[in-house]
Amino acid sequence: MSTAPGTDWRPTPAPSIVRRHDPVRGDDLLLRPERVGVLTGSAGVVVELCDGTRTVGDIVGELAGRFPAALVATEVPAFLERLREEGWLR
Amino acid sequence: MSARPWALLAELTHACPLHCGYCSNPLELTSRTSELSTEQWAEVMRQAGELGVVHTHLSGGEPLLRRDLEGIVAAADAAGIYTQLVTSGVGLDRARLDVLAGAGLKSVQLSVQHAEPRASDRIAGRRSFEEKGRAAAVVRDVGLPLGLNVVLHRDNLDALDDIVELGLSWGVERIELANVQFYGWGLLNRAALMPTREQLAGAREAVRRWRERLPAGPELVWVVPDHFDGVAKPCMGGWGSVSLTVTPDGTVLPCPAAAALPDLDPPNVRDHSLGWIWGRSEAFRRYRGTDWMAEPCRSCSRRDEDFGGCRCQAYALTGDATRTDPACRLSPDHGLIRALTEDKGGERPKIRHRVPGRAKGAAGRV
Ligand code: SF4
Repeated sequence: MSTAPGTDWRPTPAPSIVRRHDPVRGDDLLLRPERVGVLTGSAGVVVELCDGTRTVGDIVGELAGRFPAALVATEVPAFLERLREEGWLR
Repeated sequence: MSARPWALLAELTHACPLHCGYCSNPLELTSRTSELSTEQWAEVMRQAGELGVVHTHLSGGEPLLRRDLEGIVAAADAAGIYTQLVTSGVGLDRARLDVLAGAGLKSVQLSVQHAEPRASDRIAGRRSFEEKGRAAAVVRDVGLPLGLNVVLHRDNLDALDDIVELGLSWGVERIELANVQFYGWGLLNRAALMPTREQLAGAREAVRRWRERLPAGPELVWVVPDHFDGVAKPCMGGWGSVSLTVTPDGTVLPCPAAAALPDLDPPNVRDHSLGWIWGRSEAFRRYRGTDWMAEPCRSCSRRDEDFGGCRCQAYALTGDATRTDPACRLSPDHGLIRALTEDKGGERPKIRHRVPGRAKGAAGRV
């Protein structure tokens, strides 16, 4: 396993993972074999920015305009790190 | 309307080149001529997507025996459904997989019966191990995620370490170690398949060791042996709660084993929409939630976690599908399970391989 990558990694969905909107439930979803990740609330907005070009720092910067900046700075990196540990992002 | 289903098990055909005696397909296998057409399956996928299904397992029997499989995959993919092929590997060559992946196939789950080629072939009732190894390589070459599924029973539990090593050498991302469940042919062969408590303890310990050794995967999924643990399994995540099964002839069931419930009168996609079947049919409402429960489940704190266990098992063992699953140690019928798991020594019956046509002398209730 790699070490914790901090805020300069460029998150992107891991191979074989599909991100899609679920019109039935109104949430964005991450799909992989045997698993569904439901991105409730603003989680969908965060993951949408994970396209492999933006660093975690970039993502925090973009979201800071839209959500309370202090909250974004602490919660978004932790959230992305958790998704990485669970194998959704890399 | 009740919560929407997440997953669809599509049993595309009961035909299969393998003859595994643990198979959970019903004893009365559907003939090829009664199967749904390509268009009917495409319509099932369209309706499933609309209903909220996001995953489908394309299973059987052996789904590769449907020559129109790519059309069914494409329909599921167009409906936004993540597709997984559940296969024996027999018939999965590069050309076929390229076509399937082109149609939108997202992942493959390969079954294997044992880590040792001859033992695997013996359990499968056919030479197939080598072909499985080639299929695994093809899936890896194409770049789809590959899972291994092994049904565990008396004849392979002792090989657990070798099975994990096989998975590692085949490059799988996930190994499902599914302790045998007793439905269909598996129920018919229960006495022959039943493991011993010692075997299970050894296998459990092996899984623990491997998880420690392989923190980065492959993921090891241990499907609990409910006959031995004294706890009821949360069957299908609750009746009519997260998943539905469509059988080869279009019958829709809350669980693949529910075909064995004699008075269920399950609906069929030829007569009704999936939405109506899920939300309104009597078959899907019958054991949904907790209102149908009798004691001890009714007043039990675990009733929302395990939903009283498996209705099909309650029926198979007691003749009454509304009773608490005898696998639960709180069930008044738990003695039935204990009697089944006792190792009485002596000679074991031979496994009867799965064959088309009803097994002679096989009773619906055992
Ligand atoms: S009594 Fe029923 S609800 Fe309680 S643990 Fe047993 S099966 Fe589950």
